[in-house]
Amino acid sequence: MAELITLSSLAVGASAVVREFPKQGVAFLRLREMGLLPGTSLTLIRTAPLGDPIEIKVRGYNLTLRKSEADFIRVELK
Amino acid sequence: MSNAAPTKPAAASRASAPVYALVGNPNCGKSTLFNALTGLKQKVGNYPGVTVERKIGTTYTQHGQPLTLIDLPGTYSLAARSPDEAVTRDVLLGRRADTAMPDRIVCVVDATNLERNLYLVHQILDLGRPVILVLNMMDVAEDAGLKIHTSRLEHTLGIPVIACAASSGRGLIDLKLALSRSDLPLSRHAWDVPAAIAPAVSELQASLQDNDKKPPLIARAEALLLLTDPDSVRVAGSTPLAARTREILTSWETRWSAEGTDWAAALVNARYDHIGRLTADIVGSSGAPAGPSVSDRIDAWVTHPVWGWVIFGVLMGAMFLSIFTLAGIPMEWIDSGMGALGAWVGTLLPEGDFRDLVTEGAIAGVGGIIIFLPQILILFLFIGLLESTGYMARAAFIMDRLMSKVGLNGRSFIPLLGSYACAIPGIMAARTIEQPKDRLVTILVAPFMSCSARLPVYLLLIAALVPNQQVPVGLKIGIMLLMYALGTFGAFGFAWLFKKTLLRGAPPLMIMELPPYRLPRMRDVLMQMLERGGIFVKRAGTIILGLSIILWFLVTYPKSPEGTSKQDALAHSIAGRAGHALEPTIAPLGFDWRIGIGLIQSFAAREVFNSSMGVIFAVESTDDEEADRMHLRDALVAAKRPDGSALFTPLIALNLMVFYVFAMQCISTIAVVKRETNSWRWPLFQLGYMTGFAWLFCLVIYQVGHHVLGY
Repeated sequence: MAELITLSSLAVGASAVVREFPKQGVAFLRLREMGLLPGTSLTLIRTAPLGDPIEIKVRGYNLTLRKSEADFIRVELK
Repeated sequence: MSNAAPTKPAAASRASAPVYALVGNPNCGKSTLFNALTGLKQKVGNYPGVTVERKIGTTYTQHGQPLTLIDLPGTYSLAARSPDEAVTRDVLLGRRADTAMPDRIVCVVDATNLERNLYLVHQILDLGRPVILVLNMMDVAEDAGLKIHTSRLEHTLGIPVIACAASSGRGLIDLKLALSRSDLPLSRHAWDVPAAIAPAVSELQASLQDNDKKPPLIARAEALLLLTDPDSVRVAGSTPLAARTREILTSWETRWSAEGTDWAAALVNARYDHIGRLTADIVGSSGAPAGPSVSDRIDAWVTHPVWGWVIFGVLMGAMFLSIFTLAGIPMEWIDSGMGALGAWVGTLLPEGDFRDLVTEGAIAGVGGIIIFLPQILILFLFIGLLESTGYMARAAFIMDRLMSKVGLNGRSFIPLLGSYACAIPGIMAARTIEQPKDRLVTILVAPFMSCSARLPVYLLLIAALVPNQQVPVGLKIGIMLLMYALGTFGAFGFAWLFKKTLLRGAPPLMIMELPPYRLPRMRDVLMQMLERGGIFVKRAGTIILGLSIILWFLVTYPKSPEGTSKQDALAHSIAGRAGHALEPTIAPLGFDWRIGIGLIQSFAAREVFNSSMGVIFAVESTDDEEADRMHLRDALVAAKRPDGSALFTPLIALNLMVFYVFAMQCISTIAVVKRETNSWRWPLFQLGYMTGFAWLFCLVIYQVGHHVLGY
């Protein structure tokens, strides 16, 4: 299995697939319900001018989340 | 438009005219569709007990039959995360006593983003109610090269599916025809609940039916919801679960936890699996290039580390200046118009208390309400434009990091900025903040921002700082900036404090969709703007009017004998005596009873301090504002205490300004906070903590300044 990195350390413009996703927590359940779950492909579009939050493209739409959440999501580079 | 009005339409027409609920994700164009269907036939109110807007409209079938539509707050899921989303969930599940369960449901989805939008539809189909699915924004989807096989989707789901573009009116006729159908098929909605969880769902469903008296399909939907949303039973509007149901839930959860089964995630995953298979079958791409979209290219500028701030600064500056200056013109008209009206009515009525009550109490009070309308309308025009174009989400995106330092999120920025012009529209704008605690904290600190009503007070007191000469421009600007800075630090400091203590909670989430940029829908923007104005006049207006009349009474009664000067009459009134009574409290700050009267009168609006001082020091007012201020300044500078020392020393003038920065002295703000928080508790708390803090702060300044530094 390829090496996993956290979503927050993904480079701008890079695409990846979610491999490990926290099971507990209100924030992660909402993200899951918005379509970010294991197996989902995403692209990191940009980080905000002050470095946080980040913006990703997932299932054809743009979603923003803070690095404090992205730290717990592990992805595999495509 | 009362809160308590039942939503049930006339019972007699119920059989022929079903009630529809309109649901969908945020940004799916649901409001545009609602406005297109109902036009001006809308009633906007509040759900009792929560500050969530209730919008009900009437539309007509092709045969002219009226139909009721309830526009429910947008949500991504029935597992609610905010009071707005909880209303949507509770209405759909028939849990709210004030709103009957809708007969049918119209699900609006954004056709450009089917997978995520269908998640909510997937949950709603579980309810087993008749559903019409509206694929909105088909035009955008087609432009993006998506081919959606509507008829195949209709066949798979077994419910009417209507391709639509609400912004151009395409598909509206088809939708109306579907709405008019006397019968709607129920969906063949079959999906596999993961094997590990299925027995629990059945068991919970049985218990919800037997012990909680839920109808079978609702019981199944509630069972599924219980497993994904632990809070779904605890929120207002729902009755507590039966003990037996709770027992079953806990025992399954304990068992799964031991096994390492992750039930909530598994349920969400199973839905998305099902949706994935569904969309693979019905969505095709016409092979359009997958390059960056127009929105992505705009965002390269709008969220750019340099240009992003420039654009943000220009937009916010334009908004702020419009509220600050543009609103001034109609406000002046209102002011002089109400003055003329008062004078005219005065000539019609016989002299006496009743005439004074009407002209100085009621008409002045009404004037004091509508004077806020220009600022409210302008702020909401901007907010409407920013929201409907999609910029609002970007503003929150770039501001989030800064706001998170005090525990808020990016959404709090605009309400706070708007409060520099006037806290009233600012506080009303706090509705765009989803999390209730963040909304409340923003409302609580918003009045610290120096509003335009404080400006004349600052100008007068700065002029009085340096006796007998013009104050240097540099000093003037410096002190002014200091006051604005103090207020801003106050707001952020207390926001931080409240988030750490009183309103402590999970750190605010910043999980937000950045919707594609769109051209603003002027009709929707204007309707929302007028709605806001109307709500303010109707709700807050009555409180403001009542309080204004009380305040008028306080400065007028008891009456002084004929021939008494205005100055003595004011001193003789209840407010005058209250000023005296207040003196022991404010003397440690260096203020005397005359300033006390000014502080009391400021509750009508802070700038009334100036005219109050004018009356007390018997300065005639003319039409020339600048000359008046200079005359008043001279009078203040000349004012003496009984022992012959100057009343307005530079230290006291400065201290008074600081008091105006921090103290809560505005009945209109109190009224709006009452309205926005739905209780008297928060406005009274705000009055107490802000004024208390102002008092303490000024106490330190005066005591140190006077006794230690010798000013």
